[in-house]
Amino acid sequence: MQISGAQMVIEALKCEGVDTVFGYPGGAIMNVYDEIYKQDYFKHILTRHEQAAVHAAEGYSKASGKVGVAMITSGPGFTNAVTGLADAYMDSIPLVVISGQVPMSLIGTDAFQEIDAVGISRSCTKHNYLVTDAADLPRILKEAFYIAASGRPGPVHVDIPKDVTAQIEKFDYDIKLNLETYKPHVKGNTRQIKKVMEAIAHAKRPLFYLGGGVINANAAYEVRELVHKTGIPAVETFMARGVLSYDDELLVGMLGMHGSYASNMAMSETDLVIALGARFDDRVTGKLSEFAKNADVVHVDIDPASISKLVNADYPIVGDVKNVVLDMLSLCDVVKNEDYSSWRESVNNFNELHPLTFYEDSERLKPQWVIKRVGELLGDGANITTDVGQHQMWTSQFYPFTRPRQFASSGGLGTMGFGFPAAMGVKAASPDKVSINFTGDGSILMNCQELMTAVEKKLPVVNIILNNNFLGMVRQWQTLFYDKRYAETDLQVQPDFVKLAEAFGGLGYRVHTKEEFDAALKDAVEKNVVAFIEVIVYRLENVMPMVPAGGSLFNMMLLEKKGEDND
Amino acid sequence: MIENSERRVVSVIVINEASVLSRITDLFSGRGYNITSLTVAPIPDSKYSRLTIVTSGSIRVIEQITKQLHKLIPVLRVYEHNDIVEKEMALIKFPIAENISDINTLCEAYNGKIVNIGENVIIAMVADEPQRVENFLQAIKRYNPKEIVRSGAVALER
Ligand SMILES: Cc1cc2nc3c(=O)[nH]c(=O)nc-3n(C[C@H](O)[C@H](O)[C@H](O)COP(=O)(O)OP(=O)(O)OC[C@H]3O[C@@H](n4cnc5c(N)ncnc54)[C@H](O)[C@@H]3O)c2cc1C
Ligand SMILES: Cc1ncc(C[n+]2csc(CCOP(=O)(O)OP(=O)(O)O)c2C)c(N)n1
Ligand SMILES: [Mg+2]
Repeated sequence: MQISGAQMVIEALKCEGVDTVFGYPGGAIMNVYDEIYKQDYFKHILTRHEQAAVHAAEGYSKASGKVGVAMITSGPGFTNAVTGLADAYMDSIPLVVISGQVPMSLIGTDAFQEIDAVGISRSCTKHNYLVTDAADLPRILKEAFYIAASGRPGPVHVDIPKDVTAQIEKFDYDIKLNLETYKPHVKGNTRQIKKVMEAIAHAKRPLFYLGGGVINANAAYEVRELVHKTGIPAVETFMARGVLSYDDELLVGMLGMHGSYASNMAMSETDLVIALGARFDDRVTGKLSEFAKNADVVHVDIDPASISKLVNADYPIVGDVKNVVLDMLSLCDVVKNEDYSSWRESVNNFNELHPLTFYEDSERLKPQWVIKRVGELLGDGANITTDVGQHQMWTSQFYPFTRPRQFASSGGLGTMGFGFPAAMGVKAASPDKVSINFTGDGSILMNCQELMTAVEKKLPVVNIILNNNFLGMVRQWQTLFYDKRYAETDLQVQPDFVKLAEAFGGLGYRVHTKEEFDAALKDAVEKNVVAFIEVIVYRLENVMPMVPAGGSLFNMMLLEKKGEDND
Repeated sequence: MIENSERRVVSVIVINEASVLSRITDLFSGRGYNITSLTVAPIPDSKYSRLTIVTSGSIRVIEQITKQLHKLIPVLRVYEHNDIVEKEMALIKFPIAENISDINTLCEAYNGKIVNIGENVIIAMVADEPQRVENFLQAIKRYNPKEIVRSGAVALER
C-alpha cells in the first residue's frame, strides 16, 4: 500500500487498536489532521490546551491499561505538552505522543514554530524519535507503542516533519520488531524467588510494600492472593491505592509523608520488607538511613535501575511483578510460613493508638468529610482523579478504593492541573463509572478551560473543588515551618466558580453544608453533566499525620486533639 | 553522607544513530554524574559505536550510571571495567626554540616522538596510560608547551 506519512499515522493507530486520540491541531501537523477528518477508526477529542491533551491521554491509559495517545503541533504546541510528558515519565504511564515539526529543509533555520522538540523531550520520555523518512514511519510507530507499553512503561515521543507527513511510501505494519538493544527482563530468577520464600518463612515481622508497578503489571488480584495466602500485612504507596481493597484486614494503609501512623511504624519495625513494584521515593522513605532499619529488603522491579538505587536490596529480583508473584504463589505451599498473628496484632495496635482520622466541626465542613462522603455515596461506582495539594492527600487517605485503576493522580511530578483533563480521559475509557475529580481552588484554575472540551464531547466529569481559599499544601508548610508567613498562598480573590462552570455550559454548585453537598452531588450525577461543585471548607485544616521532609518515618507529627485549633 | 569517590572507566556499545551521543551526555548532566573524558568511534564492520567514558563516583553512583546507561534504548552493552588496558594520547606544541633532543628523549620514554617540525613550532605526541600522560605533561612544563590536546582514554578489558 503506497500512502502518505499522514495516512500512515492513521493506519498505524488503527492497527494498534487505538479508539481515542486527544489533541490539538496546528500548521506542522495539519496533514495528519486532514486524514483524521477523513477517517472513522478512532475518536479525536479536541482539548483546549496541549497540556490537557497529554493529561487526558494519561487518564485514559490509567483507567484502561492501554497506551494513551496525544497529538500536537510543533513549537508552542509541543512545549505546552512537555509537562504532560514529564508527568507520564515520572509515573511510568505508557503514552505515544505525536508532534508535527517544521519541514526537514527548514530544521535548524529558526523557522516559524520550530523548536528542537526531541532535544527537549529526551530527558522526560522513555524514548523519542525524529522521523526523517516516511519509509521508517511504520517501524518507528510500531516501536513507539511497543516501547511505551513494555518493560517499565513510559511516554514515547515521535516528532514528524511536515514534509515527511506528505511523503508517499509503502506502508506495511506487519513487520516483526527486532530491537536487539531493548529486551526487558520479565521473568524473575527462580532460585532467587525460592530464597525469598525461605526468607519470608523465617521472618518474624514481614511486610509487603506495594507500589504502582503492581498496577502497571495488572497484578493486583494475584497480589491480593499472595497477601492472603501468606497472612502478611501490607502497606501501599500513593501510586498503589486500590491494589488491596480499603476494607482488606491485611491492608495497614498508605505509608510515607502523609501515610498512616501504623503503616510507618510497621515499616520501622519490620524485619523483612517485600517491595513489589515500588521505587523507594523520598516521600515514602523519609530519612533514608532510618528507613526500615531492622529489615532485610526484597525488591521486585522490572527496572534494574530502581533496585538498590536508594535502599540496598538484599534480595534483588528483576522481573514483571505478575510473573514473580505467580512464582511466589506456586511456592507458598512448599515453604511453611511462620504464624504472623502476633505481628499483625501489634500492627493493629498501632492503628488503634493513632488511627487515621479527623475531627468534625459542627459549623464548618471539613474537607476530609467531603471525600469520605463521596466514598459512601458512590464508592466503587466512581473513578477518582485529583489535582495536587492537600485535597490530593486527603483523597488518598479517606477515599475507600476497592479496585486497581480506580485512582489516577500525579504522584511523581505533582502536577497541579492534572486532575480535570485526566478525569476526562478516565471517563472516555470507562464511561460506565462516575468520573470524580477532587481538586483545589488553586489547581482547578490550571486547566479549567477543559470545561469546554468536557461539555462539547459529553465527558461529564464532576469536579469537587475543596475551596479553602489557599494554596493549602504550601500554606500548611508555611504554618508549620515558616512561622505562618503566608507568602503568596492566600487566595482571597477568586472567580465565581458557579458562573465559571455555567459560562462553558456546565453546571455549578456552591455548598456550605452536608445537606447541600449531598443534594449537589446527587443532582450532578443524576443529570450526568459536567459540573463544578464548590465546597466551602475549613481553611486551616492540615494534612495529618505528617513526616516532616527528611525526618524519620517513626517520628510523625500527629493529629492535634480536638479543641486545640491550629490557626 | 559522603561516600568515597573512585575513578572508573565505563565502555558503552551503542547503535550508530542520530542523537545517540546526546542521549548519553544528557543522562550524565541530567543526573549529576561526572564525565572526566569521553571518546567515541564506530566499531569497524558493524552498525555500532563504542564509547569510553572516564567517570568518578561512589560505588552506588557508578552502579546507577551503568544501569541508567543500559536503560537507554539504543545502548547494547555497558561494561564497567576492572582489569583493563588503558591508553590515552596527547599532542603537544612547543616553540621551535626549545631543546628538541631533550623533548624527543622525554617523549620516547612515554611511547611518543616528535611528529612534526614546522617553521615556528614542533609537535610531539605520546600515547600511554592516562596517569603516565599526566606525569609526562608535568615533566614537559619547563619546555614551555604552547598547546596541549589530550584524546581522552580508550580501554579494553584484559
Ligand atoms: C504532595 C504529595 C505528597 C505525597 N506524599 C506521599 C506519601 O505520603 N506517600 C506515598 O506513598 N507517596 C506520596 N506521594 C507520591 C510520591 O511522590 C511518589 O509518586 C510515590 O510514592 C511513588 O510510588 P511508587 O513507589 O509506587 O512508584 P511508581 O512511581 O508507581 O513506580 C513504579 C515502580 O514499579 C516499577 N514497575 C513498573 N511496572 C512494573 C512491572 N510490570 N513489574 C515490576 N515493576 C514494575 C517501576 O520500575 C517503578 O520502580 C506524594 C506526592 C505528592 C504530590
Ligand atoms: C504546576 C505546579 N505549580 C506549583 C506547585 C506547588 N504546589 C503544590 S500543592 C500547591 C497548592 C495547591 O493548592 P490547591 O489546588 O488549592 O489545593 P489545596 O492544597 O488547597 O488542597 C502548590 C502551589 C505544583 N505542585 N504544581
Ligand atoms: Mg486550596
